[in-house]
Amino acid sequence: MTIALKGESLKRREDHRLITGDGTYVDDVRLPGLSHVAFVRSPHAHALIRSIDASAAAAAPGVQRVFTGAELQEQLGSLPVGWVLPDQNSPPHPPLAFEKVRYVGDAVAAIVADSPYEAQDATELVKVEYESLDVVVDGEKATQMGAPQLHEDAPDNTSFEWEVHSADRGYDDAAKEAEVVIKQRMRNQRLIPNSMEPRGIVADFNAGTEQITIWTSTQIPHLVRLLFSAVTGHPEHKVRVIAPDVGGAFGSKLYLYAEEVILGMIAKNLKRPVKWIESRQENFIATTHGRDHIADAEICGNRDGTISGFKVHVYANLGAYLSTFAPGIPTILYGLLLSGVYKVPHISCVVTGVFTNTTPVDAYRGAGRPEATFVLERLVDMFAAEIGRDPVAVRRKNFLPTFKNGRTVSTGVVYDSGDYRATLNRALEIFDYKEFRREQREARRNGRLIGVGFSTYIEISGLAPSAVAASLGAGAGLWESSTVRVHPTGTVTVYTGTASSGQGHETTFAQIASEELGVPYDDIDIVHGDTEKQPFGTGTFGSRSVSVGGQALLMSLVKVKEKATKIAAHQMGVEPDHVTFKDGTFTVEDIPESQMTFAEVAGQAYSAVNLPPDTEPGLEAVSFFDPENFTWPFGCHICVVEVSPDTGETRVLRYVAVDDIGNVINPMIVDGMLHGGIAQGIGQAMQERAVYSDDGQLLSGSMLDYAVPTAEDLPMFETDRTVTPSPSNDLGVKGAGEAGTIAATPAIVNAAVDALKHLGVRHIDMPLHSEKMWRIIRDAREKQRAERSTRAKQRETGGKS
Amino acid sequence: MTTNRISVTVNGTDYSADVEPRLLLIHLLRDVLDLTGTHLGCDTSSCGACTILLNGRSLKSCTMFAVQADGADITTVEGLASDGKYHAVQEGFWQKHGLQCGFCTPGMMISAVQLLDRNPDPDEGEIRTAIRGNLCRCTGYHNIVEAIRYAAANRNTGAMSGGKQ
Repeated sequence: MTIALKGESLKRREDHRLITGDGTYVDDVRLPGLSHVAFVRSPHAHALIRSIDASAAAAAPGVQRVFTGAELQEQLGSLPVGWVLPDQNSPPHPPLAFEKVRYVGDAVAAIVADSPYEAQDATELVKVEYESLDVVVDGEKATQMGAPQLHEDAPDNTSFEWEVHSADRGYDDAAKEAEVVIKQRMRNQRLIPNSMEPRGIVADFNAGTEQITIWTSTQIPHLVRLLFSAVTGHPEHKVRVIAPDVGGAFGSKLYLYAEEVILGMIAKNLKRPVKWIESRQENFIATTHGRDHIADAEICGNRDGTISGFKVHVYANLGAYLSTFAPGIPTILYGLLLSGVYKVPHISCVVTGVFTNTTPVDAYRGAGRPEATFVLERLVDMFAAEIGRDPVAVRRKNFLPTFKNGRTVSTGVVYDSGDYRATLNRALEIFDYKEFRREQREARRNGRLIGVGFSTYIEISGLAPSAVAASLGAGAGLWESSTVRVHPTGTVTVYTGTASSGQGHETTFAQIASEELGVPYDDIDIVHGDTEKQPFGTGTFGSRSVSVGGQALLMSLVKVKEKATKIAAHQMGVEPDHVTFKDGTFTVEDIPESQMTFAEVAGQAYSAVNLPPDTEPGLEAVSFFDPENFTWPFGCHICVVEVSPDTGETRVLRYVAVDDIGNVINPMIVDGMLHGGIAQGIGQAMQERAVYSDDGQLLSGSMLDYAVPTAEDLPMFETDRTVTPSPSNDLGVKGAGEAGTIAATPAIVNAAVDALKHLGVRHIDMPLHSEKMWRIIRDAREKQRAERSTRAKQRETGGKS
Repeated sequence: MTTNRISVTVNGTDYSADVEPRLLLIHLLRDVLDLTGTHLGCDTSSCGACTILLNGRSLKSCTMFAVQADGADITTVEGLASDGKYHAVQEGFWQKHGLQCGFCTPGMMISAVQLLDRNPDPDEGEIRTAIRGNLCRCTGYHNIVEAIRYAAANRNTGAMSGGKQ
C-alpha cells in the first residue's frame, strides 16, 4: 500500500492476527518447563488469620511449593499507591495477606504445581483458620461511629478528605440568595469492569543475567516495571515487562497488582517460569471495581434559568486497600470537572475517601468523570424541571462561550478549546426535538411512556501534564515517549510507550508516521508493550495515547525528517533550506530533476561515506512529550427511552452522540471506541450493578449474576462529530476512549425521568431495572391518586363550610 | 491419574491424545493441541469466547469434557480461512471493524458462521439474538452487527481479500 494519511478510515492491521487465531495473549505464551500458580483467597470479608496449614496441599500430586504471606512478607513489600493527596492515610497493602484479610478475594497463599488443574486442586487442601470480624461494605456507614475498623492507621476508615472550591468559596452565600435550591442524594453504583480477557501473568527468571521477565495483561508495562522494582527491590534495569495482545482493559489493568509481584518473586525463588491465568470468578473479586459513590448534590440558581452554583459531598468507596491510582479517581478526575460546560461561578466539592470490606475500587472507563457528569447533568435537568423550563434551553443559557485557546473555569482548571453550542446544534440537526415532543404527547395519550434525555458533557483527557498532575498528587511523570528507527532500506520501525488493549495503535500510529515521512504504510511497523524494545513510557489510560503518545511520535518523525533533509541537501550540493520534502521525496527548489527519495537518503545515512560535517551516521530519533495542559473533549448525547407502564421494562430506542474530540486520525476506529464507550454507559444506566451482602459477600460475582450487556440489550448508535482542534498538541487531537461512557449515563437517566416527569418523578438512581421502574410508576400513580382524592375531599369540605 | 485415549479431527487434521476424564474441551484445544485461537473468558458458560463448531453445531467448548468429543469433527477460528482467503465472516469483521481487543472475536465469528449457515439473510434482530450468548465489551456490538450483515451480503461473491488493504 502507498502512503497513508491522517483522517483516513484505514482497516486495522492488527485485525489479521486477531481474526485468524494468531494473536498472542498472555495465556498463549508458552515457555519450556512452565509451572502453574493458583491462589487461595479469603472467603471472609474481614477476619484475622489465626493459622495456615499448607502441609496437605504441599504433599498433593504435582504440587511443587506453597507460599504464604508470612513467608514472602519481606520479599513482597507493600503494594504502592501512586497518587497521594494531602493528609492521605495509605495503610500497608501486603500482596499476600498474612495477619488479616480485608475483603473476599484477598489472597493468602499461592500454590505452584506442574499443571493448572493440580494447582487448583491443591487450593482446597490449604487449611486457613480465620477469626471473623465485623464487616462494613457501605461507604457512608464505614465512616460512622462504631463501624468496624479496617486499618489501624486510617481512623474512621477514612483515607482522605479532599476539597475543591471556586476561588471565592461563595457557594453557600450564593445558595442563600438563589431563588431555587435543589438537593438530591445520588448513588453511582459500583461496577465490575469485566474485560473479556481476565488478567494473566507469566513470569520467568534468568539466573545468569538476574533478569525477571513478566508477561502481563496490562495497560502500563513501564509503570509495572517501575513499581515492581520499588516494591521488591529487584533492580529496575533487570526487570522486563511485556504486554502482549491485551484482551480489553477499561482501566482494570492499570495498576501494579499483587499477583504480578507474587509471580515475579516466585519465578525468582524457584528459578523457573510460572503462569497464572485469572478465572472469571477471580476477576470479579480480585480485579479492581469502579465508581461506588454516594453523592449529596446540590444546584442553585434563578428562575430565569441562570445557574449560580453546584455543590457536592461524596462518600467514595475505595474498597479494602488503596489501589495504585485510587485516590486520584474520585478527586482530581471528579472534582475538577464540576464546572461542566457551564459558566457557573460557584463550585463546592468535598470528597471523603473510605475503606470498606470490598474489592479495591480504582479507574473504570471514564474514572471519576462519568460520576461527575452524572451529577452535573442530572442536576441541570432537575433545575430545569423545577423552574418549568426546557432542559435544552437551560443548557444553552449557561454554556461557556466558544474559545480556541484556553479558558479558566470556576474549579480553577484551564479548558483547552470548546464550542459547546456546535455539538448541541449538530445533535439537534440529527434529532428532531420538536417533533419528538409532539410524539411524546401523543404517546402519553395512548398510554405509552417515552422520554428524551440530554447530556452536554465535558471530560478531562490526554492525562499528562506531569507537573500539574504531580501538584495534584500523582507519584509518577505522565509524559509519553517514542523512538523512530529508519532502516537502511528506508523501512521504518516506530516504538511507542503506549500500550494498546484494543485501541488500534498499530494502525493509527502508522498513519501518522506514513504521512509525516512519506513512507508507504506497509513499510512501517509499530512496536509497543515491551519495556526492552521501548525502554520508557507511561501507557494507555485517560484517553491519552494519541494526544500524548502520538505527539511524542510526531516529534521523533520531525527530528528524523530534519536529519534526512540535511543529508539530502548535502548530497545534492545545496543548503537544507533549499530542499523541500513532499510525499517521500527530497527535491531541490527550482531544480525538480534534482531529487532523492527517503529510502535513498536512509541508505546514505547508514553507508556513511558522504555525510555532512558533524553528522553522525544512522537515522533515528527519540522524543519525550509532556504537554502543558490536558485535553478537554466534549459533546452532546441524546437518548430516547421507552418505559413500559405495565412492567417497568425500559429500553433505549435511539442514541445520538455528537462528540468533539478534536482532530481525528482514523474515524473508523474512533467511531468504534465511541460505540463501546456508550455501550458501557448504557450498561451502567440500565443493568450493571455490583451487589455486596452486609457480610461482604459479592452476590453479583459471576457473569450469570452481573449483567454485562448482550447484543440484544443495545441499539445501533448514531454518531457524528464537530472538530475543535486542541491547542495542547500539534496533532490537535483530544481523545476518544472514554467520551461515550462519560456522556451516556445522564442522557439515559434524564430520558427515563423525562418519560415519567408527568407522574411527578424527579430522580431515579441507576440501574433502571424493570422492578425499580415498575415500583416508581406504581408509587407515583398512587401518590397522584391520593392527591386527587385529597383535593376532592378538600373541595367537598370547602363546599360545606 | 487415569487417562482416556481420544481422537478428534480439528480443522481437517486428525489428533489423538491421552486425557484426564475431567479435561475440558477448551483445554484440550488450547493446551494439548496448542490451538490457542479459541479463548476462555469465563467459568459459567456465559461469555462465548470459547465457541467452536462441533460436528457442525456451535458449542461453548468450556461446557464439554474432551472425552465427550471423542470422534468429533471440530472447527475453530484457525480453520475458517481457506486457500489463503478469509471466510466471509472474517472478511466482514475486518471490513466493518467488528473487533477491537479481539478476545471475544474467535467465538463471536463462529456464532456468526453458524447463524449464516442456518439463515443466509438475517435482519438486525436475528443477528442480535444469534450472538446474545457471545459477550463483547469493546464494540457495543454495533460494528459486529454490521460485520455479519456484510458477511451475509458478500458470502457468495468469492471476493475475499485475504486481508490486504
